[in-house]
Amino acid sequence: MTTKAVEGERHTIQVTVNGKRQAAEVDSHTLLVEFLRESFRLTGTHVGCDTSQCGACVVEFEGNSVKSCTMLAVQADGGRITTIEGVGSREALHPMQEAFTECHALQCGYCTPGMVMSACDLVRKNPSPSEAEIRDWLDGNLCRCTGYNNIVRAVSEAAQALASGAQAGVKSGA
Amino acid sequence: MKPFQYRLAKSVPEAVAALAQIAEARPLAGGMTLIPALKHGLAAPAALVDLGGIASLRGVSFENGELVVGAMTTHAAVAGSPIVNERLPALGRLAGGIGDPQVRHRGTLGGSVANNDPAADYPAGCLGLGATIVTNLRTVSADEFFTGFFSTALAPAEVITSIRFPVPMRAAYVKFANQASRYATVGVFISQSANAVRVAVTGAGRSGVFRAGEMEQALAKDFRPETLPAHCVALDDLNTDLHASAEYRSHLINVLARRAVEACMGAPSRHPVRHGGAYAF
Ligand SMILES: Cc1cc2nc3c(=O)[nH]c(=O)nc-3n(C[C@H](O)[C@H](O)[C@H](O)COP(=O)(O)OP(=O)(O)OC[C@H]3O[C@@H](n4cnc5c(N)ncnc54)[C@H](O)[C@@H]3O)c2cc1C
Ligand code: FES
Ligand code: FES
Repeated sequence: MTTKAVEGERHTIQVTVNGKRQAAEVDSHTLLVEFLRESFRLTGTHVGCDTSQCGACVVEFEGNSVKSCTMLAVQADGGRITTIEGVGSREALHPMQEAFTECHALQCGYCTPGMVMSACDLVRKNPSPSEAEIRDWLDGNLCRCTGYNNIVRAVSEAAQALASGAQAGVKSGA
Repeated sequence: MKPFQYRLAKSVPEAVAALAQIAEARPLAGGMTLIPALKHGLAAPAALVDLGGIASLRGVSFENGELVVGAMTTHAAVAGSPIVNERLPALGRLAGGIGDPQVRHRGTLGGSVANNDPAADYPAGCLGLGATIVTNLRTVSADEFFTGFFSTALAPAEVITSIRFPVPMRAAYVKFANQASRYATVGVFISQSANAVRVAVTGAGRSGVFRAGEMEQALAKDFRPETLPAHCVALDDLNTDLHASAEYRSHLINVLARRAVEACMGAPSRHPVRHGGAYAF
């Protein structure tokens, strides 16, 4: 076996993170999750496994939920990323976050950012999901605490809240 | 993760040139298999040539009676494609049953087929439909493409560009999914066309996906679940691991094949639930 030292390279990428366009330098082997946590201090995106199975690292990339532990930062070049920090604010929670709080859908909270990012993707694509559809969609998000029932309830309530919010918006002409 | 060079290819010739020039370079598609392998040190290529920038490798069309799917088309795009769901719904459902939504948003047809994981779903779809794998160099039939455990007929620096799926009269895929990953503990793809019945089994074989010849012959004579032979694959050829024994896999091949035939015949599935483990498409 010959071992060869491969020099890493730096790449300059342009990304829009939570609405803000920025340029950054990354190593070719930097994972998207490392980039978000270490370069931008967006530590709401978690790492829960090294097998791409737990979903703690889910962010939105170009309109789809993805596992940021299984993407290279260079692959995100030119793209739009939303992390949990870009969903709602401390003062005004997003209806999904509100529903998680109301329904007691978290305990330790480790899985929660990924769960919320995944759930938001679901209700964007399917505004009134059935319970089976919610469970099916959350296949890639593991929770060691809650037993999932309250999470499923929260997603369902958030979907309803978002739908009636949209209805109200239409009625008031907004 | 060991450092590597990264090249974003803009065209297939550019990708092929980069793969040929840099020793130990590998194509990068959705990264859903390759990136975990890099993290675990199971792969340590000198360079990754990203196919993600090549627009011509994405998309689905229907040409001369065949469904043509670009190598970089994601599992989610295949699952959601109106053309696929109209012409070959079994393939759309197969794609929609791979992993979880986040895996389906990134993972691609070409990556799955090039990887030929012995428990992957697409190899069963390709073999069960008699698909043609199209590369930058040639076309290869699925029968010749899958050459064993994680191995294929691909040469170094050869890139899959699309896969052509002939549209049969009817087809169905049923898998007994691993609860954690959704990979097939066993999966059976059956198709019936005017001149042939094909039965492809994934998840079970020690050397990856294979055709179950005895089942094909039985179904060609009489396309009914009752005619399917039990234990028609030698136990020595079946895999034993922590998920299932060879005996159990042998049993599952028969059960899932029967369900696939029933699904082909349009019987409402008795096992539609995904989280129950088995599910029929
Ligand atoms: C949590 C999880 C669950 C999963 N569950 C399932 C499942 O239920 N069923 C299933 O079938 N799969 C499953 N997968 C695997 C998934 O389908 C992968 O997407 C797929 O195996 C690889 O595709 P990719 O596009 O991600 O390829 P990559 O990981 O980018 O590449 C895989 C290999 O193929 C090579 N390659 C890629 N594209 C080409 C090309 N066009 N030409 C030549 N070589 C190429 C690469 O060099 C590499 O060696 C799962 C993966 C994960 C992480
Ligand atoms: S950290 Fe577990 S899937 Fe990304
Ligand atoms: S709340 Fe603890 S892992 Fe989900």
